[in-house]
Formats: sequence, C-alpha cells, structure tokens
Amino acid sequence: MTRVGVMGIGHGLFGRRSDATVQELAFEAFRDALADAKIERDVIDASVIGSVPEYHKQRSLPGVVQEYLGLNPKPTWLTEVACSSGSAAMRTAWMSIKAGVHKVVAVIGAQKMTELTTPEILALMGRVGEVQWESGFGTTFPAYYAMFAQRHMHEFGTTHEQMLGCAIKNHYYGARNKNALFQKEITLEKALASDDVSTPLKVYDCCANADGAACVILASEDRIKEMTDKPVWLEGLGCATASMSVLRRPNLVGLPSAADAAVDAYEMAGVTAKDIKVAEVHDCFTIAELMAYEDLGFCKKGEGGAYIGDKAPYIGGGGVAVNVDGGLKAKGHPIGSTGVSQAVEIIKQLRGDCGERQVPDADVGLTHNVGGIGQYCFVHVYRRD
Amino acid sequence: MFQWFGKVNFTPFTKVTEFAQHLKDGRIMGSKCTKCGNVSFPPRADCGACMSGDFEYIEYSGRGTLQTYTRIDAAPTGFDDVVPYTLGVVDLAEGGRLLAWMGDTIAEDEIKMDMELQVVPRIFDETEEIKVYYSIEKPGTTWHKGDSAR
Repeated sequence: MTRVGVMGIGHGLFGRRSDATVQELAFEAFRDALADAKIERDVIDASVIGSVPEYHKQRSLPGVVQEYLGLNPKPTWLTEVACSSGSAAMRTAWMSIKAGVHKVVAVIGAQKMTELTTPEILALMGRVGEVQWESGFGTTFPAYYAMFAQRHMHEFGTTHEQMLGCAIKNHYYGARNKNALFQKEITLEKALASDDVSTPLKVYDCCANADGAACVILASEDRIKEMTDKPVWLEGLGCATASMSVLRRPNLVGLPSAADAAVDAYEMAGVTAKDIKVAEVHDCFTIAELMAYEDLGFCKKGEGGAYIGDKAPYIGGGGVAVNVDGGLKAKGHPIGSTGVSQAVEIIKQLRGDCGERQVPDADVGLTHNVGGIGQYCFVHVYRRD
Repeated sequence: MFQWFGKVNFTPFTKVTEFAQHLKDGRIMGSKCTKCGNVSFPPRADCGACMSGDFEYIEYSGRGTLQTYTRIDAAPTGFDDVVPYTLGVVDLAEGGRLLAWMGDTIAEDEIKMDMELQVVPRIFDETEEIKVYYSIEKPGTTWHKGDSAR
C-alpha cells in the first residue's frame, strides 16, 4: 500500500485578523503551500477543511473556501471535532490517499474566532463540556482545565510555577516565530501577577483565541518521489476518545484519549516515545502541556512538573523538544487550524528548515492535538527517510 | 420539566425529565437499571452497561467528597451577574459524580481537596419561573423535602 507523504506546507499569520475573512485566511496558507510544493492548483484532487463552524457567520464553510481557492469542481468536505478538527482533516486526507481514492489532497485548517466577543466564546467553549448536567452551572473551558490542574497539584505536588514554566518556554520560542500572535518573552513574575481566569489558572496559563489558517498538501508515495528526494512521511496515526463529561472520567489528572492515541500512533509508526525528537503538543492551557508530557510517555504520570522544571522540553534540554514554535500559548489558537499548524511545524523541523529554533537531528516528530477537554485526541507521528 | 434545571438550561427535553421535579421536592435522584442493576449519576434512561431502556430513580444521600474545584472569574454569557463563583466536582457516596456551585456554608479558605461534603437541592428564590439546582455545602446541612411528586 502507498505511503503518504508531504508535498507542501503553508502557514498564515495568526492573530486578531480584522483584515480578512475566513476564506481569505485559508487562501494565504493554501497559496504558500502550493509555492512550497512548486505545483499549480490543478494538481490538487480534493481538499479537506478542518474548522469549527459555530464561530463563523458563513454556514457550510468548505463551499466558500473551495470557491475562493479556485478548486471547484474538485471535492471538499469538513471535519469537526472541536479543537482537534485540523488533525481530523489530516486523518481523513491520509485515509483517502491510502485508499487510493485521491492522490493529492490539500488539508486546510481555517478559523476566524474574533467576530465573537470573549464572553460569547467562553459560553460556546464551555458547552464543549456536557450541556445537560454541567453547563447550567456556568462551566467554562478554562474551568475544566483548572479543575484538572487542581487535582494534579493535589495528587503529585505539581506547582503553579512549574505549570507556568510551559508558558515561559513557549513564549521564548514564540518570540522567534514570525507567524506567532505573541512574539515576545514573558517572565514568571509577570505571569504570576496576571489576573485570575479560573483558579489556579491565570491569564498567562491560557492560550488566546485567534484567527488564522494553515495548509499541508499530502500525496501518495509515487507523487512525492517525483517531486523531492527529502520526503517527510506521515506514518503513525492514533485517535481516541473519552467521555464528554468530566463526571464520567476515570480520573482528572490526565487525558485517557491522549494516552490511548499515543499507543496506537507509536505502534503504527514502529516507534516509542524515546524515538521522538520534537513534538507539538496541545497547550491550550499550561496544565494541558504538562499532562501531555505524561500522557505521551515523555515522562511518568505525575512527573510532568519536574520535567518542565528541569527544562527537559527545551531544545538541548535532554528531553523531547516540545512546542519550539511557541505552541498554542504564543502562536494563538484558531481552533480548527491548530492541528494543521502543528503539522506544518513538525514537517519544517524534519526538513531542517527551522533556523534558530531547529532541533538537532530531528528525524521523528509528533503532533498531539486535543479536542475539547480530551473528548478527542489525535497523535500523528512524522518521519523523514 | 427538565427546563427547570440549571441557571441556564440547554436541554429542556430528556427521558429523565422527572429528575427536576424530584430536585424541586428536595430529592437528588440517580438512576438504576431495572434489568442489570447498574446505578448512574447523573441519571440516564438507557443503561450504559446492558443497554436496557428500563430504569427507576433511586434517591441519593447527597453525601460525598471533593474531587476538585475552581473559582471562575471570567464568566460566560448568562453568568456575569453571579461571577465570581466556585464550581466543585463531588465524588458521590453512592457512586458517580456531580458538578455544582460551592454554597454559602463553605468559605473559600475552608475548601480542601477530598473534604467531606453534602449536596443540597436548591430553588432560585429570586426568579418568578421555577429554577432548580443543587449546591455543595458542609456535612450536616439540612433542607426541606416536599412531596409533590408522590
């Protein structure tokens, strides 16, 4: 069966993009990806759009994107699993190539969030919790992760300073990424002095809502080998789910969907956690990144605080280099685009194109993209020949 | 009557609609599958274990321990008039979990992880429409039980 590889990547500027519609954002990333692949758009057989439709006034987003990109009459479809919609798009594109239905597929994460107010977004996101038994008490997205953090601190002695270490690291690298929303470093003092959002989480524990798009063009092995002698392959795909409600989770100190997805992705790619040199993990909140170290097997459950405390996830820190593009924290989190943005970064790392943020000898990398509060998780392993 | 449940209700129609009537009468009810005996809180009409659609309500004591909590300072639409408020997740004595507001009997600096708690049925007094919920209180907190469902 064919391998599935990367033909091109594109990434637009993330932020409050009051200058553009969602299809205009998609166009930026798509045009970049075509240029990177050195192809014209008639080579594209289909597009898959990762996005969360509730944020847009335009209904049925793939239609307007496909038209604006000039891809009619080629097929398109939407994937939606909250904040992991972009990785779901990667997965269905991969499947369609693997099945022989398509040869070249453009995966586009595109999201415009800032047409809504922050309270409206908090209300929408809070309803990614279970609405029958939880949302009636005013749950918010930060509140769920705050409750994970509270339990993690209680059971393992994790400190808020350790959690904020993830934010400090991600801003350090975000300051070196021209596509990031926040391109500046932060200090622990400033982070601790920021306002409470949902205790113990403060403003600097939380990623920011954002607009933006990213694109990865995937293709079958024969097409990849015609184009490049330095291919990057998508070789391990894990996807798992967990209960919608926190009331029905086995514990509140990790995401079982992430641990399950990692096992499947490692097995399919024939690797272990020790082989991963660089990872993009879903740091929607600082505690989310800290739990990801554990769920992905970079360290044992309960040791995530020490892992960041020892600076292991920095480049050259002795562990897996994590979110060295700034992560969701510094890049911003246009929810449907994030999974594709993570893929773009890992592919660049495996190509050796990351400049001062380059992880030495990066030959195997992964993306960890969480939907909601871990109801969905996609772990994808990339490898270069 | 499930539209009574919660400050803002998103699911007025459900197969466990009588839950809200019981709560109004001062009773916290879980569900028990009449086929395999599986008990659930929150209640569910369709058994998660054996998939039977036959269930009965069973009364919960409301006793439990604090699994986790958070004080929300940035509120979503519909909750700006009560912010800040503290949410707790309670591991219930009879099994299952519940999410609710921390009530007046527990000051913020008294909150301790794993502490013993009593969940108490509540009615919003300040609204004309019927609005019911439950709050997390100190053990031993008492409340009135009615019998309109009987």
